[in-house]
Amino acid sequence: MPDNELKLPLLDQLEEGPWPSFVKDLKEQAARRPQVGQLLEQLEQSYENRWDYWRGTAINVPGYGGGIIARYSDLGEKFPQVAQFHTIRVIESPGFVYSADALRQLCDISEEYGAGIMQLHGMTGDILLLGYDNEKMMDACEALMDNGWDLGGSGNGMRTIPCCIGPARCEMACYDTLMLTKYLTDKYIGYLHRPEFPYKFKFKLSGCGNDCANSVSRSDMPVIGTWRDDIQVDQEAVTRFVKEMGQEWVIGNVTSRCPTRCIHLNGDQIEIDNRNCVRCMHCINVMHLALAPGKDRGATLLIGGKRTVRSGDMVASVLVPFQKLDSDGAYRAFSGIVERIWDFWGEHGNEHERVGEFIDRVGLGTFLDGVGLEPDPQMVANPRSNPFIKFEEYAAPRLDGEPHKAANVLNREPDREEDYEGEQP
Amino acid sequence: MNAKKPLAPRDNGAPDYKNYLHPAMERNYGRWKYHRGIRPGVFVHVSDSGESLYTVRAGSPRMLSAPLLRRVCDIADKFCQGRLRFTSRNNIEFQVEKEEDIQPLIDEIGRVLRFPVGGTGRSFHNIIHTQGWLHCNLPGTDAAGVVKSLMDLFYEEFTHENFPQRVKVSTSCCTINCGGQTDIAVNLQHHHPPAIDHVTINRCELPKVISICPVLAIRPDRTGGRDTVEVVEEKCMYCGACHAQCPALEIRDGDTDTLSIWVGGKSASTRGGPSFMRLATWGLPNNPPRWPEVGDAVRRILKAYQAGANEYERVGEWIGRIGWKNFFAETGFEFTKYHIDSYRWARTTFNTSAHVRL
Repeated sequence: MPDNELKLPLLDQLEEGPWPSFVKDLKEQAARRPQVGQLLEQLEQSYENRWDYWRGTAINVPGYGGGIIARYSDLGEKFPQVAQFHTIRVIESPGFVYSADALRQLCDISEEYGAGIMQLHGMTGDILLLGYDNEKMMDACEALMDNGWDLGGSGNGMRTIPCCIGPARCEMACYDTLMLTKYLTDKYIGYLHRPEFPYKFKFKLSGCGNDCANSVSRSDMPVIGTWRDDIQVDQEAVTRFVKEMGQEWVIGNVTSRCPTRCIHLNGDQIEIDNRNCVRCMHCINVMHLALAPGKDRGATLLIGGKRTVRSGDMVASVLVPFQKLDSDGAYRAFSGIVERIWDFWGEHGNEHERVGEFIDRVGLGTFLDGVGLEPDPQMVANPRSNPFIKFEEYAAPRLDGEPHKAANVLNREPDREEDYEGEQP
Repeated sequence: MNAKKPLAPRDNGAPDYKNYLHPAMERNYGRWKYHRGIRPGVFVHVSDSGESLYTVRAGSPRMLSAPLLRRVCDIADKFCQGRLRFTSRNNIEFQVEKEEDIQPLIDEIGRVLRFPVGGTGRSFHNIIHTQGWLHCNLPGTDAAGVVKSLMDLFYEEFTHENFPQRVKVSTSCCTINCGGQTDIAVNLQHHHPPAIDHVTINRCELPKVISICPVLAIRPDRTGGRDTVEVVEEKCMYCGACHAQCPALEIRDGDTDTLSIWVGGKSASTRGGPSFMRLATWGLPNNPPRWPEVGDAVRRILKAYQAGANEYERVGEWIGRIGWKNFFAETGFEFTKYHIDSYRWARTTFNTSAHVRL
């Protein structure tokens, strides 16, 4: 194969330097798979002209409405090997844990049907297998599914769910992120494979407020572990820590960094006003030998995070301050909330309107009514400052409805007597 | 041709992670007591059973050929009982139960993979990024090349933990901005309204094209006897939402698209909670293959941060303390009218007090 003839003067410069070079790896792969050589040649042309040559479209495996990121090259005549060069999104193992054999199986499938290149992992959490034409893509998907893998999400449906490492290797995890990831993925796999929402819906699962899954800014429904009893304190370990680091350091770096100033150092002992602790994790992170999350654990459910397009960056906000996630019943309660959100947003959301944008449009109060949740002061940073409120208790009579019962409100007269049926004898 | 099985939805769901856990993870699932760093890129988790699990974190370029991934797997077989994990920032984590296995493992990672070990704690973490020119249909710039260039520049910062706090970076290739809120982000800016192809636009659903515009700048139109749209240029803010909906509205321009640097984002609820990234500097040339101007700008921010931040302060928290006036003074970036927000929540970003640093 003519890879040694690859002329890549710009990309060649990315072979230098200490960080592992994707160009070097792809060049070696080009010796085995000529399409990877053409992939590099097209990329070289992008570098030269600062222009992109991929066109996206929708191709689906029968029975699926997503999971394939179809790419056709605009330079298909020049680079026929990449004329069709699709990506298959494959649902990752929760927590990104793998056996070497499972990954070798992905290598086998990607080499048999595609370009033998992949990314671990995409921003969505999926494993990305690159470089399939229309026909081989179908075969590769079949092989993947035969071996227990499944296609990831794309389009206007529930998306693949990534999570942090959770209880598998972290002492901070307040619920089982891996188990909930698998539960949600499997339970709602139909919504993932056959998109039917106004727009995409992403969960990201983090076991504590450190939010290693970056859920709060990247997902429509972040699930962030927390606890509702007291922080566990090992005072002997506190004493050892204070002795080692010194009082001044502990005050400067632990107690004075507490966002609610609820933790105090009394000599070499820690005192915490747990009622005012907001579960930010800072003191636990710094003094993790002495402090630990409480024992009554669960998660805070948030809603409405997303990145920039169209309405600008949005960080999710609190929807359910505390949700237990330790039993079948708790999982069912959580699912109930999720399904009511999908029902309400699915019914009233506009085309291409993320749930956060939907809440901005209809109001969080209306949204809570729609999904059957009670308002809670933990949902807001502050109550409203403007007086432009439509109190339902004081509502003017609707033309076709019950007259209001409250005093001190100007009675609105119907425009025409015959339209007004409310109080007619 | 071969008779093929009919394709049908199998709906397998997520892989069963229980089969993929390292044996020590399986034994100590939910029982971990604490962890501590041993050296940059290496940390240990200790269980209440007394068992220890040592993790070595290696930075990967995310894109892996099958032969390279097989070499990764061989190392996992040799040292880690055939198990391994990835992080959300594209690192590979190899785990061993014995402390004496750490150095041979690191040596093997260096010799076989040439991957650096680091990216933990107070280091310059591996960069999360998108596809870029390599495989996306929307990008104005590349991702993997920008990342490679930056990671080469900050290789020492990846393999050491010399910052006041962790530094997380992301890059994006269009204004969709796939990355999360990070300490430093490299994003692309467009500078023109979309150029409309009135012929190929007939492949798009025009009502969808019109309704996707967040500022209602797109209106139905007829040109040359064809149904098409027009863009009110004064309203258009070059976000590119329409381009993602319909490729006939071309928002990119290889000659004029530029890069900008954003600072101070954070996802964790630690201390002050999550924060948005804010514009630090703009108008950097989209300059492949090495984007040196981007590297210079990032270095300026890192230098000022390293010199001025207190322990545990993320970039955004450092700026919150010293104020934007001092941030611009320390970095030397010019503050311009373009730094002042003009979109939906602009007023919430103004200084509505008499707090000024003089």
